[in-house]
Amino acid sequence: MENIFPLELADVCFAPNGVPVLGNIHLSIAGDACTVILGANGAGKSVLMRIMHGLLAPSSGRLAWNGGEARPSGQALVFQRPVMLRRSALANVAYGLKLCGVPRIDRERRARQALARVGLAHLAERPARVLSGGEQQRIALARAWALDPRILFLDEPTASLDPGAARDVERIVGDIRLAGTAIVMTTHNLGQARRLADEIVFLHRGRITERTPAPEFFRQPRSAEAETYLKGELP
Amino acid sequence: MDAFGIALGLVVAGDAKLLAIIALSLRVSLSAVLLASLLALPFGALLAVGEFPCRRSLVVVVNGFMGMPAVVVGLLAYLLLSRAGPLGSFGLLFTPAAMTIAQALLVMPLLAALTRQIVADAWREYEEQLHSLGATVGQAIATLLWDTRYSLFTVLLAGFGRAIAEVGAVMIVGGNIDGVTRVMTTAIALETSKGDLPLALALGAILVMLVLVVNALTFATGSWVQRKLG
Repeated sequence: MENIFPLELADVCFAPNGVPVLGNIHLSIAGDACTVILGANGAGKSVLMRIMHGLLAPSSGRLAWNGGEARPSGQALVFQRPVMLRRSALANVAYGLKLCGVPRIDRERRARQALARVGLAHLAERPARVLSGGEQQRIALARAWALDPRILFLDEPTASLDPGAARDVERIVGDIRLAGTAIVMTTHNLGQARRLADEIVFLHRGRITERTPAPEFFRQPRSAEAETYLKGELP
Repeated sequence: MDAFGIALGLVVAGDAKLLAIIALSLRVSLSAVLLASLLALPFGALLAVGEFPCRRSLVVVVNGFMGMPAVVVGLLAYLLLSRAGPLGSFGLLFTPAAMTIAQALLVMPLLAALTRQIVADAWREYEEQLHSLGATVGQAIATLLWDTRYSLFTVLLAGFGRAIAEVGAVMIVGGNIDGVTRVMTTAIALETSKGDLPLALALGAILVMLVLVVNALTFATGSWVQRKLG
């Protein structure tokens, strides 16, 4: 498999219609860690993630995968609200494989495998949209995982879920990480960040104030904004 | 009430001429809707998904053409198909094929406009996910058309309702020739002008029943989908 790392952002700014959302972003993702992006609502976490994934183009600055401009295929994004196509759970997972050019004969096997890994093999034939929010999010994870991505982006994957479903998702993300996929995720759940993160990137009003190994961050963040955030106050 | 009696009598008796008229109406309008949908569905989806110049203006035009008078479409089809017209060499004027083409032209804007609306709604939900998975515009259109297929079925039924109920276009390009191009609406118009009101009413009653059946189907499909797919 070709190497897509490092993902590098150099002086990336995002200002749609002149309204600055992100500015002066320098970030390098080596692809061997679970990076959690923390920050208050509106700090630009989701936008940063969409820019890295390629859904949004930066207004200025440079984004490069292993030195190249092209958007590589070995990546996937799981949204806060899972988008389920109007078909069975299995077909939802197989759909991602189809778009990636996986031959028909391999699709069903790989899709079933992915559903089994998230513990939903028994729901394979059910229409995805009638399943619960937690089950839908696990199908979305299976759809992403089935692609064997090198890096998986997760945008507040448990924000709309109850604690039980959130735990399931967290366990699956841990499994994906153990299988060798780099993780970049946002969350508002500090317990979750503590459990999953190797390192923390802290965003404040569209700028990165620090990037710190997770244990150190939770012991003593370097930036005053992060410290205030951790104390549960708005900076 | 006489009319319904006559209508019932005609249907029960299996009047061959009447049945032929009904069959031709169904055949022409069904083929017209199928023919139109081949172009209108992908085009409507492209209007919803595609990013190209003049897209908004095109949407306005297509929406506007939904209300195109059938006689005007008939006239355009007549000009296309008449001996001197660009398609004149096929000799289609005053044949069921000509009526199918005219009705297809008539319902195409309706199908495209309704398809665009339905696909645009689904696209709003799917857009980021499909981009994330790397779908091309063509793949996105195919996915959206497939995923909205039950709603699109009701669009086809709406198109069929418009086609089978119109009289202007089929009258002009078909000519209402007895046994060849006479359909229910042209037969009703003829019987009315001849003064045979009971027969006209009877035909009208059958036509209304057909349209009601189509609408019942539309409604039933809609609620079934709602239950099944959420």
